[in-house]
Amino acid sequence: MSFRRVTALLLRQFYLLRGSPARIVPLFAWVAIDIVLWGFITRYLNSVSNARFNFVPAMLGAVLLWDFMSRVMQGITTAFLEDVWSRNFLNLFASPLSVSEYLGGLVLSSIASSLIGLAVMIGLATLVFGLSFLVYGTLLAAFLLVLFLFGISLGIFGSALVLRFGPAAEWFIWPIPAFISPLACVFYPLAVLPHWMQWLARLIPPSYVFEGMRGVLEHHAHSLGPLAFGSALALLYLVLMARAFTGVYRHAVRTGLIARYSAETVS
Amino acid sequence: MPHDAAPSSDPILSVSHLRKLYGATVAVDDVSFSVATHEILGLLGPNGAGKTTTINMILGVLEPTSGSIVIDGCDLARRRRQALSRTNFAAVYAPLPGNLTVEQNLRVFGMLYAVPELGERMEAVLAEFDLKRFRNTKCGVLSSGEQTRVALAKAMLNRPRLLLLDEPTASLDPSIAREIRATIRYFAERAQVGVLWTSHNMIEVSEVCHHVLFLSHGRILLEGDPRALPGEHHHETLEDLFVTVAREPLTIRHTEEG
Repeated sequence: MSFRRVTALLLRQFYLLRGSPARIVPLFAWVAIDIVLWGFITRYLNSVSNARFNFVPAMLGAVLLWDFMSRVMQGITTAFLEDVWSRNFLNLFASPLSVSEYLGGLVLSSIASSLIGLAVMIGLATLVFGLSFLVYGTLLAAFLLVLFLFGISLGIFGSALVLRFGPAAEWFIWPIPAFISPLACVFYPLAVLPHWMQWLARLIPPSYVFEGMRGVLEHHAHSLGPLAFGSALALLYLVLMARAFTGVYRHAVRTGLIARYSAETVS
Repeated sequence: MPHDAAPSSDPILSVSHLRKLYGATVAVDDVSFSVATHEILGLLGPNGAGKTTTINMILGVLEPTSGSIVIDGCDLARRRRQALSRTNFAAVYAPLPGNLTVEQNLRVFGMLYAVPELGERMEAVLAEFDLKRFRNTKCGVLSSGEQTRVALAKAMLNRPRLLLLDEPTASLDPSIAREIRATIRYFAERAQVGVLWTSHNMIEVSEVCHHVLFLSHGRILLEGDPRALPGEHHHETLEDLFVTVAREPLTIRHTEEG
């Protein structure tokens, strides 16, 4: 893998961001609105409920972590969609760029863009609403890692969908986080789900993060086993999605989809 | 006339028994040819003859059903990266991203092709294609002729051994088209490069190409010197021959077999 080729894609993304406020604002605007909204909701819940339970780390922290995962996913898909919108596949894939380098470039772009969103969310949540990340302890790093890996997987999955079914499939991408959020157990324990949904939720790595987060807050329990399983599961999804993207790319090369993307005949 | 530097016998591109099927449809059928150093080879044929399909296979964005493509000694199927790092292309249907400036596009693609001393090379191609005044202009707002020049600048950026040009002068005015032809001819004469050129402009083909292949229904129907071919087939001009190939390919095939 050539680092220079991977960074070329990151540089492309930087050029696009630098010259376009319309691309910069969404990096932090929607997550900032989410934090402000949920910050006031948690304040209100704290004021009307039993003082024994603090909603800020439980709900505002959960929103922050979920938004981080969504931003990671969108970091991948928006970088990919830039190539769809500018009809750039023929230029890219007729160059020495490999699929793994291309995915590496998307991941680097996503790290850069999602860190901006994360910094804004952390700033708002701590300074305005008093969220302290110390309550999560060192597990916070593990939470972020699992969500990052799974966000990357979802982004690659969404990109593979668009590569396979054409630019119109872009609309499959945006609802993906909302589609899996009931199973991720962001705001409620896994136990409240019906039995069959619990089985499905156990296949979703973020459910281990949010269960772990609630465990830390409610019982000060540091059960690493489930979180380690969630991490392994997230890594497995990442490998599977990267393989799926590679498979879709090979199909596109075999059938001529890559070449025809530039001619806008795919839909 | 392209006589200044004779093509050498070393093939930069060797295409052997190339075939592409889409289900039962044969897009390219048992096509074999080679391009030598300093040679400009014209790939001619009516729309749908298989020219772009052939070029896409050489660019590695379309997998052949069978056959082999060797670029500068590298088998494309087995050493894709090495083969494509020696290749570049420009095509009217593949403009560079319009939301980046000329300079940004050249830098990004220069990094993708691992061009050494990229800054200097960018300055050289910007000067060569008269693009310096557009360096900070987004490609999307350039005229189609200017965009073609940017695509050609990108195609020359890595000093390719094999240059694929799919109708490179299609959107240019006659004056610019003549300059571009001269630049590419000069490049082919001076550099260790072979050029595969498609065009529907038969005067241009006669002027630029050393050798031409006529494709029809995915097969090579005719080949030869574009200046001698019309006479050999009882036509006055290459354009007349092209029209016959497009309308009555069987006539030509029978003549060849006879």
